Amino acid sequence: MDRKTNLKDWTLFLGFAAVVLCLPIILDPIGANYPDLLQKIAIFGIFAIGFNILFGLTGYLSFGHAAFIGVGSYMSLWSFKLLTMNVLPAIAFSVILAGMFAYLIGFVSLRRSGIYFSILTLAFAQMSYSLAYSVLTPITNGETGLQTRAIRTDPATSLLDGDIRIIDQALGIQEASVPTTHFFGMAMSGYTGFYFCAVLLIICFFIAQRLTNSNFGMMLKAIKSNQNRLNYTGIHTRPYLIAAFVISGMYAGLAGSLMAVTDPIAGAERMQWTASGEVVLMTILGGVGTLVGPVLGAGIIKYAEQKVSSWNEGILDSFFSFLPEGLQHFMSGLGALFVGEGWHTTLGLLFMIIVIFLPGGIMEGIRRIAAVFARKSKSNNTSAAAPQPAE
Amino acid sequence: MDAIFLQFLNGLDKGGAYALIALGLTLVFGTLGVVNFAHGALFMLGAFCAVMLRKIFNISYERVSETEVDFLGKPLKEQIPYLKGIFGEDLGGFMLDYSVPLSIFLAVIVMGIVGFIMERGLIRHFYKRPHADQILVTFGLAIVVGELIRHYFGANPIPQAAPKAVSGSANIGYLVGLGPNVIYPWWRLVYFAFSVSIIFGVFAFLKFTTFGMVVRAGMQDRETVGLLGINIEQKFTIVFALAAIVAGVAGAMYTPILPPDYNMGMDFLVLSFVVVVVGGMGSLEGAVLAGFLLGILQSFASMQAVQNLLPGISQIIVYLVAVVVLLTLPRGLLGRKGVMED
Repeated sequence: MDRKTNLKDWTLFLGFAAVVLCLPIILDPIGANYPDLLQKIAIFGIFAIGFNILFGLTGYLSFGHAAFIGVGSYMSLWSFKLLTMNVLPAIAFSVILAGMFAYLIGFVSLRRSGIYFSILTLAFAQMSYSLAYSVLTPITNGETGLQTRAIRTDPATSLLDGDIRIIDQALGIQEASVPTTHFFGMAMSGYTGFYFCAVLLIICFFIAQRLTNSNFGMMLKAIKSNQNRLNYTGIHTRPYLIAAFVISGMYAGLAGSLMAVTDPIAGAERMQWTASGEVVLMTILGGVGTLVGPVLGAGIIKYAEQKVSSWNEGILDSFFSFLPEGLQHFMSGLGALFVGEGWHTTLGLLFMIIVIFLPGGIMEGIRRIAAVFARKSKSNNTSAAAPQPAE
Repeated sequence: MDAIFLQFLNGLDKGGAYALIALGLTLVFGTLGVVNFAHGALFMLGAFCAVMLRKIFNISYERVSETEVDFLGKPLKEQIPYLKGIFGEDLGGFMLDYSVPLSIFLAVIVMGIVGFIMERGLIRHFYKRPHADQILVTFGLAIVVGELIRHYFGANPIPQAAPKAVSGSANIGYLVGLGPNVIYPWWRLVYFAFSVSIIFGVFAFLKFTTFGMVVRAGMQDRETVGLLGINIEQKFTIVFALAAIVAGVAGAMYTPILPPDYNMGMDFLVLSFVVVVVGGMGSLEGAVLAGFLLGILQSFASMQAVQNLLPGISQIIVYLVAVVVLLTLPRGLLGRKGVMED
């Protein structure tokens, strides 16, 4: 890799890091500067970056990534319940377990490609989802969801209702009535929680960037463009695919773990396949195969979700108040389809519009606009330069 | 023995629904080469045709009753559907009672139009796009359709009654000589018969008509059919509309078994995709076979004895079978060579 691309990469990375760390300031004018939303943007950014390592680089469309989110969340909560409220072991265990889980699923699913792969991953995710609701209730606490409790006094209490937290107890840490997650004393709520997620997001971005530019990343891109030819040249592609699948599964596990860190409760609905669909949308919206795109997509969707679903007909009425009365009511009635409870309609429409008109996502749109301007300035140059030879 | 036979019956009507949805899915897939994630939404739309028809039939005006009085002695107001006013007491009552079977006609018309518009407006432009794009755009469409239905009909399931004549249970055991314990709802038997006849209808249509011949040829080799001077794209529109109609009537008739809600399309979609994959992509016989097979397996897995042995198996049996089949028979049970192999 020559120095020029290296410099470009570092600029991109530093720019990204700066933007992520300044998010509270940047998002302030559009009313998105509250920790809950910021945390979500960072967490789903991680999820989308990981998903993009699989889908963007290899072209394998997985519809089951939500399962790893679920695994990560449950594992983290069990770490909180059994070991300590410190988030470090929780995150470590979650990522490792999600990686192992991804290896198992990937090992089986990656025997097939194309639509079959999508269906297989979907099948596995649906299985995990159903099992979490039925047989695995002792681990997942079914529909109620798993959450942290106070330390149990009576050993007869079920672990679901009373925690033990061996490490915390051994260290003699006193806790308040409601245990909170912390990172060596820093409470993982509010802005500290966001900055914790943001730092992890930046690290994840860095790793993804290195991966994309490495030989391994090149191999994945080669699989996307022509797997047959790669096989003909005598390269066994499966190990690369499995590695990519496991890495993206670990990213998802990390995201799931962070969900539990910022809000210590886990439910199986996180594993439903619509959740897998959401991350696909984020990646597509931002730009498949780009580094920044997935994070951008995650940010836009989470922001839009918060905003659009909080609007109601009253807001619409005042928005359309410049129109004549009949038209105003018609417009706000029409708009009511898309806001508040109807947020998913907007999401679905957005999905369709992006896939139909801009398959490369927002990054592609930016590139096109940039290309138009570049051409313009170029043509200006040539027109300015044109008279010279005439002389 | 009785219990086993009962579970077998249970699987038949569910399997019928799976088979009907999967049939359309695989038909569209084999001819148009499009993966349609909105097919479950079409099933759901069909179910809401039945809901809609009953709503229309039930539009009524108020009238002061001549005979009945409330506890204060004032005459009660009663709701009289316009239907009875127009068609008379007997025919009107009959139509109200049979609104679910009658909704088949509405479903055929509505779904035909919906299928036509969908193919011309959206699917057509996705023939040459990658499968991932097709999946994503139809997935988006499925969300939009589902949410629109929720907006107008609410999120709660809306129960639909079967006609009174078949709303009771049949003593099947008596008919087949298995003792008196095998009692089964009539409507489910009706649904099974209905699904079998639709399946035969579709197969006959494809087998014995010139149009069907062209479609089958198109499933084999689209390009050559086009080169022979046949307007294959026009045929595709009709095939897609046909698939939509099959899914729609399947949904309309299923309403007395499962009260429809806006999300039922998604639930059935995932399962019927699994059915298609198990049966073999692009294989019509495979879809039907796998539909009934998985339906029956699912109902056997929910038996108490099996549940005790393998807890939770009923939830995952379908997916488990799919995984095993895909890993052992890469093309599915009856998959044809050359369809969707990449």
